[in-house]
Amino acid sequence: MDFEYLFQLLCSGVVKGSIYALIALGYTMVYGIIQLINFAHGEIYMIGAFVALIITGVVTLSGYSGFSVLILAAVVAAIYAAAYGFTLEKIAYRPLRGAPRLSPLISAIGASIFLMNYVQLAQTPDFLPFPELVPEFEFMEPWVQYVSSVDMVILVVTALVMVALTVLIKYTRIGKAMRATQQDQVMARLVGINVDRVISATFVIGSILAAIGGVLIASRTGQINTAIGFMAGIKAFTAAVLGGIGNIPGAVLGGLVLGIAETFGAGYISSAYEDVFAFGLLVLILVLRPAGLLGKAVKQKV
Amino acid sequence: MMHLKRSLSIGLWFMFLTLPLMVVRVNTVSREIEWRWMNLVWAGVCAFAIAWLWQFSIERRAAKRMQVATDDHPEKRQHSLAQRLADDPVLSRRVLIGVGLLALVFPWLVSSGNSFYHINVMVSALIFVVLGLGLNITVGLAGLLDLGYIAFFAVGAYTYALLSKNFDLGFWTCLPIGGVMGMLFGVVLGFPILRLRGDYLAIVTLGFASITKIVLENWDTVFGGAAGIANIPRPDLFGFELDGRQKAIYIYYIVLALVALTVVVTTRLKNSRVGRAWMALREDEIASVAMGVDMAQTKLSAYALGAFWAGLVGVVFAAHNNFINPDSFTFMDSAMILAMVVLGGMGSILGVIIAALVLKLLPEYLRAFAEYRMLVFGAVMVLMMIFRPQGLINDMRRKYECDTAGGESDNGGK
Repeated sequence: MDFEYLFQLLCSGVVKGSIYALIALGYTMVYGIIQLINFAHGEIYMIGAFVALIITGVVTLSGYSGFSVLILAAVVAAIYAAAYGFTLEKIAYRPLRGAPRLSPLISAIGASIFLMNYVQLAQTPDFLPFPELVPEFEFMEPWVQYVSSVDMVILVVTALVMVALTVLIKYTRIGKAMRATQQDQVMARLVGINVDRVISATFVIGSILAAIGGVLIASRTGQINTAIGFMAGIKAFTAAVLGGIGNIPGAVLGGLVLGIAETFGAGYISSAYEDVFAFGLLVLILVLRPAGLLGKAVKQKV
Repeated sequence: MMHLKRSLSIGLWFMFLTLPLMVVRVNTVSREIEWRWMNLVWAGVCAFAIAWLWQFSIERRAAKRMQVATDDHPEKRQHSLAQRLADDPVLSRRVLIGVGLLALVFPWLVSSGNSFYHINVMVSALIFVVLGLGLNITVGLAGLLDLGYIAFFAVGAYTYALLSKNFDLGFWTCLPIGGVMGMLFGVVLGFPILRLRGDYLAIVTLGFASITKIVLENWDTVFGGAAGIANIPRPDLFGFELDGRQKAIYIYYIVLALVALTVVVTTRLKNSRVGRAWMALREDEIASVAMGVDMAQTKLSAYALGAFWAGLVGVVFAAHNNFINPDSFTFMDSAMILAMVVLGGMGSILGVIIAALVLKLLPEYLRAFAEYRMLVFGAVMVLMMIFRPQGLINDMRRKYECDTAGGESDNGGK
């Protein structure tokens, strides 16, 4: 047993998993509130990455570069992703409130196809190189074979974002309103919560998280194209289901488990079958624990 | 005035939205930035116009709903032409005979000599009609959302390709084998996930389809990898030599027969004991189990029968194309088939056929707009759900009329 290799895999699995977790949070929050698989969430993530690419492109070509550019790009990307998420909900989901379950799902698939092709037409279907803006931190020198500087940034940002999200949901007004809406929409309306606004806010927050995930993963892989949203979306949704959909800590746990399982499978068995391990794990967990890792089985009342 | 103001602000909002993506294009290789300000103007104007229309349509929809809600006899309302066709048995039988005759002579009308492009297009469209009808059993009748239906199609196609390559089996032997293989996969997949409901089921089927595709792509000693399998024999007609056009026509008739068979079988199934059990499960699982419907058996049969058609038509697909590779079995195809079922009207056979033909034929003949067709396709899916969620043709179920029934037709809730 080679422990160094194991540790390397573990680290890269955690990094990958934390990105999945970031995107999965958006899925799980939306699902928790309106029971909709937001298929277009992956495209929002892709749009975030593209906006960041454009901003960094414009800024670096006019002479600036460095870490601060990445932060600027991430902020703009988050703003735009939020705007797109907000608009998406208004157009594609709000008119379908109260329709049969399948209608919003189809609408979501349609929106996903639309957004992907929109970016493809406006930009390019080819792979675009994403500039490397994260400097090599000196204090990372001894651990660089396990965790590179980009990975470190990813881990720190993810941790910070998750703390912020927890605070937001636990202690702020809007967070309280979100939890109330999740429990019982009609009752929330009765006590004076503007449910429409809460749903919009959920989409905005989820989209911001997706955009941050998009920028982070783009600076890690170094290239993006318009198709990245789809696979990331499915993986993140898998992570959300793994942890028990609608459950916020569950999404984080699911993301980490998925990332680690994938890298271990790829590292020890075969990298070509990476996705097979992810979905295989999903099927296994759902068969053994149909409500997900942290989900509670809900008893149906008749 | 209100409308104008709102539309104006929506136009501005969309100009903001499309600002980075449509205006700036960075070329990192030649280090150039392309600014396309005209696009911004276009986006603003289009958004303004669409917002204007949108508000009227939403208002009209709301007015229509109000009218429906206050109507005492919702069944007696004027329906669209297609809807009336589907509901009137005499008329629909006549139309059916007409369409059947037209379908029979179709290949002789549109092809001559060496041009049989239209036949080939029609064959691919009809293949998707069978797929749509098959998925209609699983999703439309039994209400089991399957996002990985294309996997069963792949199973059928690869069954034929491998059997003919390795064991020299002919098309007609493989056709039933392909169907049965699809069915077996349906049962194998269906068994562990019977306990799951709704969205979990959707994601597991999606995962299953992805796994199938990855295995097909990577296990190249058996499945030929990403390159696929070539030189798959076309079906033979008692050993006659057929030229290109005759082969196309022959396969056209095979698919047509398959479509007819599917239509007959699904219609019969729909009104059978098991079909009613499917619909009961779709409407309310707990109630139907309480009424004595065997849930496991019913769900499995829906899965297996849906998969059976996909496997069957997969064999035809492989024979028609001569060549298959994993790229024909992507999630987009699954979504396309699902779109056919939903846009056509869940559970409605005529609707699914029309939707499948439209969705497959339109893109084929709109190749000039090839760049935009997926964009339009996505937008149409969203719009259709908003303005006509019941699909082209509403699957009317036989009901007993009762004069006090006011809100009964409004089953939009859960």
